[in-house]
Amino acid sequence: MKRTIPLFISAVTGFVLIATAFIPKFVDWGNDAMAWFNLLAAFAFVLGGGNLLKMQLQKISAQQPGWGYSAVTLIAFFITLFVGLAKVGVHPNVNFPEFAWSGDYLEEGSVFWWFFEYIFTPLSATMFALLAFYISSAAFRAFRAKNTEATILLIIAVIVLLGRTYASEWLTGGFSNEPIFGENGITYSDFKLDHLTQIIMEDFTTPGMRAIKIGIALGVASTSLKVLLGVDRSYLGSDQEA
Amino acid sequence: MFKWINLVIKRLMIPLLIVTSGVALVAAAEPPAPPTDFRAEDVPGDAGTAIDLFWTLSPDDEENTKPRKVLRYVISRKEADHKDPTYENIGEPTYRVNTFRDSNCKTGIPYLYRIEAVGQESLTSTPVVISEPVIASLQWFNLQRSWFAVFVFLICGSVIVFIEMARRGKTLKIRKIAGLEAIKDAVGRATEMGRSCLFIPGIQDINDIQTVAGITILAQVAKTTADYRAKLEVPTSRSLVMTTARDTVEAAYLAAGRPDEYNEDDIYYITDEQFGYVASVTGKMVRDKPAACFYMGAFYAESLILAETGNSVGAIQVAGTAMPTQLPFFVAACDFTLIGEEFFAASAYLSGEPQQLGSLKGQDFGKLIGGILLLVGCLIMTLSAFETRGEKQAEKSQSFLHSAQTYIKENILGKGGF
Repeated sequence: MKRTIPLFISAVTGFVLIATAFIPKFVDWGNDAMAWFNLLAAFAFVLGGGNLLKMQLQKISAQQPGWGYSAVTLIAFFITLFVGLAKVGVHPNVNFPEFAWSGDYLEEGSVFWWFFEYIFTPLSATMFALLAFYISSAAFRAFRAKNTEATILLIIAVIVLLGRTYASEWLTGGFSNEPIFGENGITYSDFKLDHLTQIIMEDFTTPGMRAIKIGIALGVASTSLKVLLGVDRSYLGSDQEA
Repeated sequence: MFKWINLVIKRLMIPLLIVTSGVALVAAAEPPAPPTDFRAEDVPGDAGTAIDLFWTLSPDDEENTKPRKVLRYVISRKEADHKDPTYENIGEPTYRVNTFRDSNCKTGIPYLYRIEAVGQESLTSTPVVISEPVIASLQWFNLQRSWFAVFVFLICGSVIVFIEMARRGKTLKIRKIAGLEAIKDAVGRATEMGRSCLFIPGIQDINDIQTVAGITILAQVAKTTADYRAKLEVPTSRSLVMTTARDTVEAAYLAAGRPDEYNEDDIYYITDEQFGYVASVTGKMVRDKPAACFYMGAFYAESLILAETGNSVGAIQVAGTAMPTQLPFFVAACDFTLIGEEFFAASAYLSGEPQQLGSLKGQDFGKLIGGILLLVGCLIMTLSAFETRGEKQAEKSQSFLHSAQTYIKENILGKGGF
């Protein structure tokens, strides 16, 4: 029963939603299903919060490596929860001035807004900025000319890299429109780095990406059918108890 | 000297300014010419709630005239059967726009539409009204998606047929996928080194098919870790993914005959925030140095941060995702990457169950259809290009090949097709 009922619900919902894609009258049912999912996910937040507290408290009590970070996490969690729920620094809504809590918790100038604007956003931006260094180190490894394929990759990468910067104009901007062979043949300007980049991106990268996307679409269809037909039930867990 | 300048300004310049501004006012005071050929059509393939309006731009709505003689169009509507003669304003598209969709219609009600061009100083043109009322009618089947329905039927049908064939015992040949073969080696290495395996099911919720695919792979990885008695950790960024992953891993340990080895605390929730999750997982990687990292699911900018950190701690890394933009990062930083369809095939491949393998053959049939369509499309495009070679763009004849090319592009390959 632990697997049968969820399987039945997912199969019925899935097939009905596939059908509604072709019936304009019921095309909004997908949005309704999404609203139900969001409702469930909201309840699951409590579950996630409880698990977070449990895990961090366990780490602190056992003084596992990095337990200090757990302490910081818990302090930040409770402070943010308090200022968000208590709406610290939020002014009452102009339509309901008699209710102190009627203002928006994200109101500009409130403590919660301040935390978001001056702590959360810069910290997220810092993590995102690390990506620049990781891209450099990954590119350094990927573009080492170890074999023929890697050498081709390196050459193409250099062309695209230069073609997307001003270096393209600086290095090859002077190539003329004079034909190399005959009157209507290839011209010198066809070898400008930005033009070569355009050819690589449009004639090689785009078809490759489209082929991958077709494969992905078919994979999505196949996986969805496996789930809806109950062929693959591994995500539902077991009927037995451990 | 100053007296003389004052005199010139007063006697000459000020009257001149008054005269020229008067001329300008007279010129701007004219209302623009009305748009023509105003017509309305029921939107095909909808629930009977929309009507499309088309018109030819007002002759005064010119592209490069300054100041513009037409600033916008005002579209109004009234129910044809209603006694109230007043029109209700429903939209004001800007200049150079010649279509408008009224999406707030009631099914079966006849509507009359009116359009006016609005110029400088809010002067409006003579209103133009459509000749006959239009009714928004409900279509029970969206005919514009007919080709899409055909492909869904063909592909889903073939998946079901191959699954059924596999159930009846037909042997299906599946090519080897190196990335999936490496999972056992990676878990074995983790066991030998006495370190853990880290499985990251992406950062999307369980309603994303990639997360579901990731969880089905997790089931197979968990079976292997249970067999090898390796430690498996699954940090998640969504609560629902955590509960699903717990059920899956528990079932895998049970199936492997090692329910006592299962520890639900190894599957835990961190945060929904993308970079908060990344900070926590990379911190854990650096501290615990897992021997194997699996990234299976939907990833965004965090893909390379995770994979590079895993690489720096010397872990064997296997990644799988259907996010085309993240694939190059995984290819660069991981030992094995499951690209697109391989990622979705992984669960079937690892389970080895015949009926799951049947679904892979269904996928192949879909690729066959896609390949045939591509070939036919390329052939028609090439022949059409030869046929119209030398003709100017405006003179291109509407031959069979040209019509076929347009039909394929707009119907079979378009929004309502493949």
